Amino acid sequence: MRFDHDHLLGIEPLAPADIATLLDLADQYAALNRREVKHTDALTGLTQINMFFENSTRTQASFELAGKRLGADVMNMAMQASSIKKGETLIDTATTLNAMHPDLLVVRHPQSGAVDLLAQKVNCAVLNAGDGRHEHPTQALLDALTIRRAKGRLHRLSVAICGDIAHSRVARSNIILLGKMENRIRLIGPPTLMPARIDEFGVEVFDDMEEGLKGVDVVMMLRLQRERMDGGFIPSEREYYHRFGLDAEKLVHAAPDAIVMHPGPMNRGVEIDGELADDVARSVIREQVEMGVAVRMAAMDLLARRLRVRRAEQSDKGVMA
Amino acid sequence: MIRTLITNARLIDPEAGADAPGAVLIKDGAILEVRPEESPQGLDEGARVIDAGGKCLAPGIVDIGVKVCEPGERHKESYRSAGLAAAAGGVTTMATRPDTLPAIDSPEVLEFARRRANEAAPVNVLPMAALTKGRLGREMTEIGFLLDAGAVAFTDCDHVVQDTKVLARALTYARSLGALVIAHPQEPGLSDGAAATSGKFASLYGLPAVSPMAERMGLDRDIALLEMTGARYHADQITTARALPALERAKRNGLDITAGTSIHHLTLNELDVAGYRTFFKVKPPLRSEDDRQAVIAALRDGLIDTISSMHTPQDEESKRLPFEEAASGAVALETLLPAALRLYHSGDLDLPTLFRALALNPAKRLGLPSGRLAAGAPADLVLFDPDTPFILDRFKLRSKSKNTPFDEARMQGRVAMTFVAGQTVYEADRCP
Repeated sequence: MRFDHDHLLGIEPLAPADIATLLDLADQYAALNRREVKHTDALTGLTQINMFFENSTRTQASFELAGKRLGADVMNMAMQASSIKKGETLIDTATTLNAMHPDLLVVRHPQSGAVDLLAQKVNCAVLNAGDGRHEHPTQALLDALTIRRAKGRLHRLSVAICGDIAHSRVARSNIILLGKMENRIRLIGPPTLMPARIDEFGVEVFDDMEEGLKGVDVVMMLRLQRERMDGGFIPSEREYYHRFGLDAEKLVHAAPDAIVMHPGPMNRGVEIDGELADDVARSVIREQVEMGVAVRMAAMDLLARRLRVRRAEQSDKGVMA
Repeated sequence: MIRTLITNARLIDPEAGADAPGAVLIKDGAILEVRPEESPQGLDEGARVIDAGGKCLAPGIVDIGVKVCEPGERHKESYRSAGLAAAAGGVTTMATRPDTLPAIDSPEVLEFARRRANEAAPVNVLPMAALTKGRLGREMTEIGFLLDAGAVAFTDCDHVVQDTKVLARALTYARSLGALVIAHPQEPGLSDGAAATSGKFASLYGLPAVSPMAERMGLDRDIALLEMTGARYHADQITTARALPALERAKRNGLDITAGTSIHHLTLNELDVAGYRTFFKVKPPLRSEDDRQAVIAALRDGLIDTISSMHTPQDEESKRLPFEEAASGAVALETLLPAALRLYHSGDLDLPTLFRALALNPAKRLGLPSGRLAAGAPADLVLFDPDTPFILDRFKLRSKSKNTPFDEARMQGRVAMTFVAGQTVYEADRCP
């Protein structure tokens, strides 16, 4: 199993073969996670630190569980409450971390590019758990795995991504991943929530749900952040729900077997109808959460293998010198 | 006074648009004579003779908008370090920015800056003053006193005076004194919080971005105010294609308006930021390649008048941050000429056109006699070889701050000697 990346900072640096490798291994971990004994020793002896500079319960729990099932020593650092408030810079944080000898570092940060910056300064494998509006690679991978399992393939599908594309790292990572795997991507949302020149990313853009959903195999809804609902980007919550909220009536326009996805946490009645979200025939939202743990296990396993190889090479060089 | 004769030179005369071999005779700090070809030595008895060896001799660069961090942040750049960097870069006159801590907004602070500058810097330093107190955009500064104290222009730098009434009054008052006002055309409502130019790149990297249209909107407003007030106005940096027609119209209508651009917007584009490299974060943010090409064409046509380094020292701490949080600006005094020569080597601009924008036009705009290669002009000169290739090492820069986007870049063209009022202030062989 070949995986030549020191970090998982985004989907952008990955080749389609890397994505397939990750998903194949994640499939195995998904099977393990359904067994009674859910433990392996892939990360035994290694230390995993979760640093969240931005609040997250779900993603952090998913990474924590993934690390524990692989046998790592997992530590959570809630950074939004600690040293950055005291004026410590990201570089200082990296120096402090290096002294603790972590092996895997899981980072979420409110600013685009911050995880890349940290990765340059620490001597361990870094996983991006979301940086600003840039990327959220494990979310895109878990979405890909969910789609592949539901649809039996991850190519030549028509996928609609709906909602606040402009502020969404989930959307960016998904657009990149689904594009690399040769799918048709349609973005649906109000023009105020579309990034500039997004049409140059090889996607089709719609501001009408009915038109955008026509015949798609996958409907991916995005969360609309509370702070965007105040009239700055959209007139009101109820107008948004009326025009862009997903309900059974709008879903009729998608393919009859289209699946419905949402990265969570959901705003029921804002971007998605509550009943539809719970409809097991259409919604794969629960599977997404399950695949999240499996994908994160796969990513950490592959990065740890690579880390061991690198360290062995370094110590060989040390011996020869 | 000893005379100096620089012979065997390739003379770059921006006024005549000429690029031809010749010699220059200097006496009493001024150019005594410019000779197109070698002529009999008669006058030169006893003169110190410098053989230029075929290198280019041009008027020294007049750089409008250099930030020296005195008072307030001397650890980033002092008049001494900036002056040495300028000399090594062929910049013989720096018009310095008032965006210091505190701002240069009173005659007392201006006096301090001038005294420090004259003691420490080997090149001419002409301080600019703030247009409004504290650069806060509320009350105009003592423009009259500041002019008397030696302010060459009035600018709030990258702070846009948002209250149009305040700006209108400041322009009206400045006009009565003939003062030059330099503004940063930008619509702050759009540009607030932006770290990149909106477009495919910013969308891919998830950076908060400003539409290039914000520059044109800012310029349109200022032009309307110029029609109202008739003030002398210079736009510090025009960097987008969309702003050019407005500038062209304003000039055609006879307004007293000129415009500059920065060396970084001429030689780099938004894609250079790849990988969130904060040394490429400047204000306004780097633009698209189409905009860069349009700005080069405008410079060639003379629509854009001047090129500035927009030299902005920042220490490592303020740059080693996530891109959005990182400080803006780049040091450029020493890289200005080699970077500008990229446009010469690419065939975009010839050397006289380049020095029209680097020396002649900025000198004219500030009312200086320099910037020319003619008898009677001050002997502020730069001798350079346009072809010498080198790889830039930022740690060898003379600036105290090393935040250049050209680190490890391949560049071509080096300054051999710099003269200010006939005195050698830099010599490459002596100051490696």
